[in-house]
Amino acid sequence: MARYILKRLFAMIPTLLGVAVLIFLLLRVVPGDVVEARYLGQGNQFQSQDLMDIERKKLGLDQPLWKQFTTWMTGIARLDFGLSMWTGSPITEEIKLRFTLSLQLALMASTIATLLAIPLGILAAFKQDTWVDYAVRVFSIAGLATPSFWLGSLMILAMLIVFKWVPPMVFTPLWVNPWENLAQLIWPALAVGYRYCAVGTRMMRSTMLEVLREDYIRTAHAKGLWMKLILTRHALKNAILPVLTVISTEFAFLLGGLVVTEQVFNLNGLGMLFVEGISRRDYTLIQALVMLVATFFLIINFVVDIAYGWIDPRIRFS
Amino acid sequence: MTAALQTVEELNRAEEPRTGWLAAIAKFVRQRPLGAVGAAIVFLTIAVAATAGWIAPYDPLANDYAAMLSAPGPGHWLGTDAFGRDVLTRVIYGSRTALTVGLGASVIGATLGSLIGVISAYFGGRVDLIVQRVMDVFFAFPVIILALAVVAILGTGAGNVILAIATPMVPRCARVVRSSALSVREMPYVDAARASGFGHGRIILRHMLPNVMAPILIMATAFLGEAILLEASLSFLGLGVQEPTAAWGLMLRGSAVEFAETAPWMAIFPGLAISLAVFGFNLFGDSLRDALDPKLRSL
Amino acid sequence: MRNNLLKKLTVGIFSAAVCALGAVTGSAWSQGQPRSGGELVFPVPSEPPSYDGHREETFGLIHPFAPFYNTLLRVDPNDKGGTKPYPSLAESWTVSADGKTYTFKLRQGVKFHDGSEMTSKDVKASYDKIIFPAAGVGSTRKGQYAVVDAVEAPNPTTVVFKLKYHSGSFLSSLLSPFNFIYKADILAKDPHWYEKNIMGTGPYTFVEHVKGSHVVGKKFAGYWDKGKPYLDGFRAIFMRDSAAQVAAVRGERAHIQFRSFTPKDRDNLKTALGDKITVQESPWDCILMVAINHKKKPFDDPRVRRALSLALDRHEGSKALSQIAIVKSVAGVQVPGTPFATPPEDLSKLAGYWTDPEKSRAEARRLLKEAGVPEGFSFTFSNRGVPMPYEPLGVWMIDQWRKVGLNVTQRVIESAAYYATLRKGEHEAAMDFQCGYIVEPDLDMYKFLSSSRNPANYGYYEDPTLDALYDKQSRAPSVEERKKIIRQFEKRLLEEEAHYLMTLQWHRIIPHSSKLHGWTITPSHYLNNTLDNVWLSQ
Repeated sequence: MARYILKRLFAMIPTLLGVAVLIFLLLRVVPGDVVEARYLGQGNQFQSQDLMDIERKKLGLDQPLWKQFTTWMTGIARLDFGLSMWTGSPITEEIKLRFTLSLQLALMASTIATLLAIPLGILAAFKQDTWVDYAVRVFSIAGLATPSFWLGSLMILAMLIVFKWVPPMVFTPLWVNPWENLAQLIWPALAVGYRYCAVGTRMMRSTMLEVLREDYIRTAHAKGLWMKLILTRHALKNAILPVLTVISTEFAFLLGGLVVTEQVFNLNGLGMLFVEGISRRDYTLIQALVMLVATFFLIINFVVDIAYGWIDPRIRFS
Repeated sequence: MTAALQTVEELNRAEEPRTGWLAAIAKFVRQRPLGAVGAAIVFLTIAVAATAGWIAPYDPLANDYAAMLSAPGPGHWLGTDAFGRDVLTRVIYGSRTALTVGLGASVIGATLGSLIGVISAYFGGRVDLIVQRVMDVFFAFPVIILALAVVAILGTGAGNVILAIATPMVPRCARVVRSSALSVREMPYVDAARASGFGHGRIILRHMLPNVMAPILIMATAFLGEAILLEASLSFLGLGVQEPTAAWGLMLRGSAVEFAETAPWMAIFPGLAISLAVFGFNLFGDSLRDALDPKLRSL
Repeated sequence: MRNNLLKKLTVGIFSAAVCALGAVTGSAWSQGQPRSGGELVFPVPSEPPSYDGHREETFGLIHPFAPFYNTLLRVDPNDKGGTKPYPSLAESWTVSADGKTYTFKLRQGVKFHDGSEMTSKDVKASYDKIIFPAAGVGSTRKGQYAVVDAVEAPNPTTVVFKLKYHSGSFLSSLLSPFNFIYKADILAKDPHWYEKNIMGTGPYTFVEHVKGSHVVGKKFAGYWDKGKPYLDGFRAIFMRDSAAQVAAVRGERAHIQFRSFTPKDRDNLKTALGDKITVQESPWDCILMVAINHKKKPFDDPRVRRALSLALDRHEGSKALSQIAIVKSVAGVQVPGTPFATPPEDLSKLAGYWTDPEKSRAEARRLLKEAGVPEGFSFTFSNRGVPMPYEPLGVWMIDQWRKVGLNVTQRVIESAAYYATLRKGEHEAAMDFQCGYIVEPDLDMYKFLSSSRNPANYGYYEDPTLDALYDKQSRAPSVEERKKIIRQFEKRLLEEEAHYLMTLQWHRIIPHSSKLHGWTITPSHYLNNTLDNVWLSQ
């Protein structure tokens, strides 16, 4: 078991390094840099070239690429993620502010997705090929098909016209004022959660179907056990695991990937930070964010792998 | 008792040899009405996109300031937008953009991904390990971030958007195809081909690839829906297809939201078009997977 | 009996009159008396990267941070034209006879937020930083003050600016809202301190700034303008999405957005909130122009450029686009309605401004043919990835050019990379823009000088005649003379050579809560943001 864990752990390192190199190079290939983004394009008549040169030097952008890369990497080794090129503040500070919101939103959305997916999937599997099955599948796929920004805009507009109410504009953490906090986040959580429940429902349904076909379920049924008993004791345990896997894998992406949702609901989250960072060419910030999300993703995968390996010994030795 | 009989029958059916195309389609419609609905939507979208030039009443790019923001009615069945352009025409032409981008991205992503997955599975060992790691690297990026990065590098416009959307699709396809290909590799006919001295390329293309067509097809149709959605999101952010091209996501931007109360037709119809198309493709892909291989639950 | 009746009648009429007067001006009466108290809430579309006004150019700095500072001079807050100088930290000023020495008398008893007194050395240190920045410091507006020879502080209440030559626009350049007056002691210790910190003399003190979220300011009890500010404080909230900003005002969570809303937003707000919304509108000192790259054939031919301008039916465009975008007036080189702007009747004599679109298009086609440009000629128009109003103007222009047989593809470049691309000089035609804090020909026309004089000229042309006209108007002895020369400049720029094409003047629309008083709109969204005159009624 220990060997398996270590093996998976080591596998993460080259991936992370690969992500670091890739994002570093990608950003440098993109035209325009943070200095141009800041000083050109405000419509000012007088452009100061020496100011721009001073700024470039200060940010280290005039140095050769390999030097910039090693500076960044050595910083990470010391757990110093550097300063944002746009604001000059420590990146940990910038990210910390938005992380709470994004994390809470991701958790809420995943919970809603799970709470919808499991009962719906089970229902659909049970009533396979009946109108209940069709209704469930239509409902969940509709969630997948609707553009989230469209849904979000319609939601806000509906609330405005019907209830004359707008969600709070500023984020208050849950422990400070739970009411304000939820009043702001429940709507995007619902919009996102509904979208993601489709993935889970689909998975729940197919795993449930598979398990219902297994021999031991059929024998249990043949023995005259009550359907409910079969469901809760035997089938559910094995069927749920892949569903949780799928949802937790998506969870990592919910952290930085809710770009459009955050824009529509005006949330100060990591997705907005990403987009603003890219449009401002804030290299250090983007690099740090990408590494954060990638690390999260790999850790979640790692945990899931370990869980699977622990539950099913066959996987360990494949 | 009847439930047990049913499942036995299903097992038998799954082991039947493949019948002809037409019979298979008929069976599909009978057994999976949802899939049939999906297929119908897909067919409708393709038909509209193909015949756009004939069925669209107006020129999608022609501004008509006298008729700007008109409500749906005779003359303009879905109303006009802020420049007086006919919404129906732009929705019709928008299907063209959606399909071009969606199909393009899907095909490129699925092809590249499958090739990589099959090659990785075939060669195994070192090659497999390295390719896996590289794919993992791309996999660790959220889809939209990767697409944004590609657009930032290459610029906006339809061609670049196709590449931007295809990029995150490649590792996902590679991973799925690889696991299928792994089982195919162990098949006796592959061994036989190797024993006969056939080259790697030939074995991969002639023997392995055709046998993983099922997951590839499913991935491609699933991707198509997601690609259309991603194109809409990118256009919404202003980073996808640009004005004055007719594209559904683009039509949902800016003035559509502003005028949502007084001219709701501007936002409703493109939004419906996107939802319907993605819905159709997903239904179809879902049923396709159910039909071809219910074991592919990793999708 | 008759006397009684007369008395009753008089009293009756009098009371009725008072009642009527009260009803009509009742709100005005409560309006007339500023009320202290309340917190102003407003969304800001953009967040600034630092707090230093001498380095930043974005309105995202002004809206939330200008209330913490004062400038030497300001624009008269009640002047709708946004051009009249008004005392701020300077009480009064005199100009020498030769126009090369400006002497400012400073107010006494002005305190910084930490209690120390503001003197002339603070003003000198601040302006030295702007005009003569130390190596490694850098100032973004240095180029505007090339005329200044030195800044002196002979005594604690006097500041003297010595110029190299007489300049009619120098006083206007001191009205820039970005020229915050900093504390000399702090600048001496660390010239970069003000990038991350705030210490000013303004009506509000800094409370907090939560990145990506909001800025809070609190009333400064020791403000030099006794009785002001009226508000207890303000809260600026960063909101990127314009729909969210409108929703905030509509949901009555915010009072005003200081940049602009679109015409449709204004209509929606008016319909939803009726009298609770007051709308102020003004022509805006911002305009989008088409920079035609003279280095690319066939755009080196003035006939082709003139044809591009003639193809644009600006009058129809104005009518239509003013309903969906923040543009309105047909403009030359000056904001319509300002002192040096060409009156519409004279403007419509220039090619591209004719009132007969058929005639214009026919002439455009003729010119293209003469220049040897084939029907269906295709070129790329580079546009910036900012939705309003770049997108609608792009769509409009492409449609207009189609009508004269030109096949134009739009290439939209992301905002951050946009100007870098223009500087490369590879574009054919591109959208350029200009935004000023004050309407002043020296500032507004600087853009169009030859590339050798102005590196920000993306048309890449040399026109010594145009340069000469610019210099002549800058040193014109009288206003009338200046107007004449500006007219000549405009004719050469827009008609004869058509170096740059003007689109439509932006239009500023500010629908705000009717509870907000004491704020007058000006043509610039950089002005009038000190919030010292603003008050909220119940």
